[in-house]
Amino acid sequence: MSAVLLQPVPPSTRQLILNGVFAENPVFRLALSLCPAVAVTTTVLNGLILGIAVLLVQVLSSVTVALARGLIHPRVRIVVYTIIIAVWVSVMDMALSAFVPALYAQVGLYVKLIVAFAIIISRLEMFASKYPLVPSFWDGFGMGLGFLLALVVIGALRELLGNGSLAGVRLTAGKPLLFFALPAGGFFSIAFLMAFFNWVERRMARGRRKPAAGGTHA
Amino acid sequence: MRDPRSRSARPRIAPAVRRAPFARPARWLAVALLLALAPALARAAGEPPLIRSTRIEKPGRIVLVLSRPLPRTDPANFRFTEAAAPDLPIAVREVHVTPLGERVTLVVGQGLDPAGHYRLEVAEPPLRLDLKPSPWALLFTVILSSALINNFVFTRYLGLCIFFGVSRKRETALGMGATFAFVMVTTGMLSWLLFEFVLKPLQLRFLQVLVFIGVVAFLVQMLDTVLKKTQSALHEKFGIYLVLITTNCIILAVPLLNAAADSGPLESFALAMGSGAGFALALFLMSCARERVELARVPPSLQGLPIAFALAGLVALAFMGFSGLSLFR
Repeated sequence: MSAVLLQPVPPSTRQLILNGVFAENPVFRLALSLCPAVAVTTTVLNGLILGIAVLLVQVLSSVTVALARGLIHPRVRIVVYTIIIAVWVSVMDMALSAFVPALYAQVGLYVKLIVAFAIIISRLEMFASKYPLVPSFWDGFGMGLGFLLALVVIGALRELLGNGSLAGVRLTAGKPLLFFALPAGGFFSIAFLMAFFNWVERRMARGRRKPAAGGTHA
Repeated sequence: MRDPRSRSARPRIAPAVRRAPFARPARWLAVALLLALAPALARAAGEPPLIRSTRIEKPGRIVLVLSRPLPRTDPANFRFTEAAAPDLPIAVREVHVTPLGERVTLVVGQGLDPAGHYRLEVAEPPLRLDLKPSPWALLFTVILSSALINNFVFTRYLGLCIFFGVSRKRETALGMGATFAFVMVTTGMLSWLLFEFVLKPLQLRFLQVLVFIGVVAFLVQMLDTVLKKTQSALHEKFGIYLVLITTNCIILAVPLLNAAADSGPLESFALAMGSGAGFALALFLMSCARERVELARVPPSLQGLPIAFALAGLVALAFMGFSGLSLFR
């Protein structure tokens, strides 16, 4: 079979997960799928629930594409990927509205909009359509995990600063900085987190010239 | 001897002469129609309607302006309900009447939505009034609120990828904004039709994500093909954006929001229109600011996206000023 001969060697599982979490973190490094990263991160729990939804949709669609990649004609692949994602998003949408209705009421629109996430379709196109089931699963898992962690970090920062609490538990006694719970605060939090990631990278790679994060766009 | 003016003057007069036979009967017809309607108009003027105007005021008040006093003005004379729930009356607590009785204010126990649809029934004299904003006011409010108060970019954080991707140059930003607004209106209306007449009757609401993304992909592909064949110059300018639009959350959000709110055709159109205009405005503002930032000395870690995010944060702060804006007091 020619497919076996052309099969590229997949990277190791550990490499795949670390790649998604650090080197190609969807939010901080690739600057993809930013809308939910600002929109739902007013609290940790909101960020967590959307992160889990994205993780599951990414893993499930990666697995589906990896299994069906022999059947998909290259010319219609984008349409097929979109339909696969839309199916899993619909499933996730129904599951979340059934199991966690209170949280779903806050993030519902963004759960539906997972279907338009650039990060998911780009992983399907770049990875799952070329590699077999197991590496595709871990790649999807790593990317989803990176997204989840980013959402949780931003959510924790904004909830702590804007609300004085973490996951609903009150931590500080003083008056919180309402600014961070507002839309504008979301933009600023991401700006400074990104700048921090850039700064760390510049410190680590001093001497080596590398473009700043966010230079690549989709 | 030929007078050059006579030649040039003739065509100026000629159309007027030719048009006159068509214009005059129309005028006579209008006069005749007015005369025919005059008795009806006079009757309407002679006996003014009991209720001149109704309006809802913010903290649970309904103001009725009357042409003559009501015979009964105790709270039991009125039954006030929401149009959507006519079986659940909203209690009328107090009724204030001005000395001449031409103005009646009903105070109800709960806050009212000035843009909502309510029904007021009066027992004596038997009357039934629909209280709702006029369609034009509704259209204008929805457009205004989706463009400024709930701006997609600055308060709902949608379309950020594309927002930061194409807001570097003013010219691209304008082209993109126009393309987006157009696609949003067309996909919004098409998905509304599908949702209202196919998904709702067949109880297939859960398929909305699948159907809406199909509509967007189909429409964008169609637009791309049609533009390429008919307006190739325009296609060269906007073709690149069209491809970017296919899987974009901002386009998809319009039908999803409409479906979630069960809006009618007018509201759907207004939402699509307003959000498109709001997105174009956001892109334009941002591109202007980013062109300036190009010339500024930005710390190296903040260069590129981080400073753009901080800029968007500042504009979002400015947009918060719109949050108190309301058409209905």
